[in-house]
Amino acid sequence: MPSNNIDPTKWVDSYSDYLFNYTITRVNDRDMAQDLISETFLAGLKSMKNFKGEASERTWLIAILKRKIIDHYRKTNSKKGKAEVHINYKDDESEGDWLEERVADPFDKTAEDQIENEELGEAIFNCLSKLPEKQARIFKMKTIDNFDTEAICNEFDITPSNFWVIIHRARTAMASCMEKQWF
Amino acid sequence: MKFKLKCHEAEHVCDKNQYKEAGFWEKVVLTLHMAYCRACRKYTVKNSKLTKVMQNSKVQSVSQEEKEALKEKMAQQLSQQ
Repeated sequence: MPSNNIDPTKWVDSYSDYLFNYTITRVNDRDMAQDLISETFLAGLKSMKNFKGEASERTWLIAILKRKIIDHYRKTNSKKGKAEVHINYKDDESEGDWLEERVADPFDKTAEDQIENEELGEAIFNCLSKLPEKQARIFKMKTIDNFDTEAICNEFDITPSNFWVIIHRARTAMASCMEKQWF
Repeated sequence: MKFKLKCHEAEHVCDKNQYKEAGFWEKVVLTLHMAYCRACRKYTVKNSKLTKVMQNSKVQSVSQEEKEALKEKMAQQLSQQ
């Protein structure tokens, strides 16, 4: 029994941020992530007929995206020679420098941090998708993209006090949603 | 200038403060308000936690132009099908 309908016209607005964030934590390159999600959407369109409605649209799109990311990993891995280590400290003076260079960087992100960040990003976009669309967009522009209050007011044609009411509602909703999901 | 804020005003100042847009005097009266208002203290803690989490997460979003481009690509694909 199909319980979930498919509506590609809403994909970009509803899922692109979530998918983008999912990708960027895994490939670490903005442009690459852009390409991957655009490929995902196109592949989704092509195989729309196969969508049975058993999973939600987002789960289904994520499944496609995972494939695309794995393909991407494969491509980059098959470029040979990347894993070679070149040591070119030939003169006496810089001898031993490589030792220092290979020491683990204490400020480097640990794997755990990385994982935590991935999950946090997913939790944030999960909560954002539960807000009304306008609230979500304004909150995103203000908090993630750091737009000026004035610029946002102009774009949406609202007064500053209107704006702060929207932000207040979004923040309260986000805080309690994150409370359940994250803290 | 007023010294006493109502709770909804205090929350408003607190929201603005999350984006560093509250004025000096506003911050002073907010602190004053929080000294005796437990609900707003709680709200401030929650609010700052959210701000911190948003900053730590380093989430990025897809810009509106990029979204339009994506939509266009999809529309093209749809018309070919």
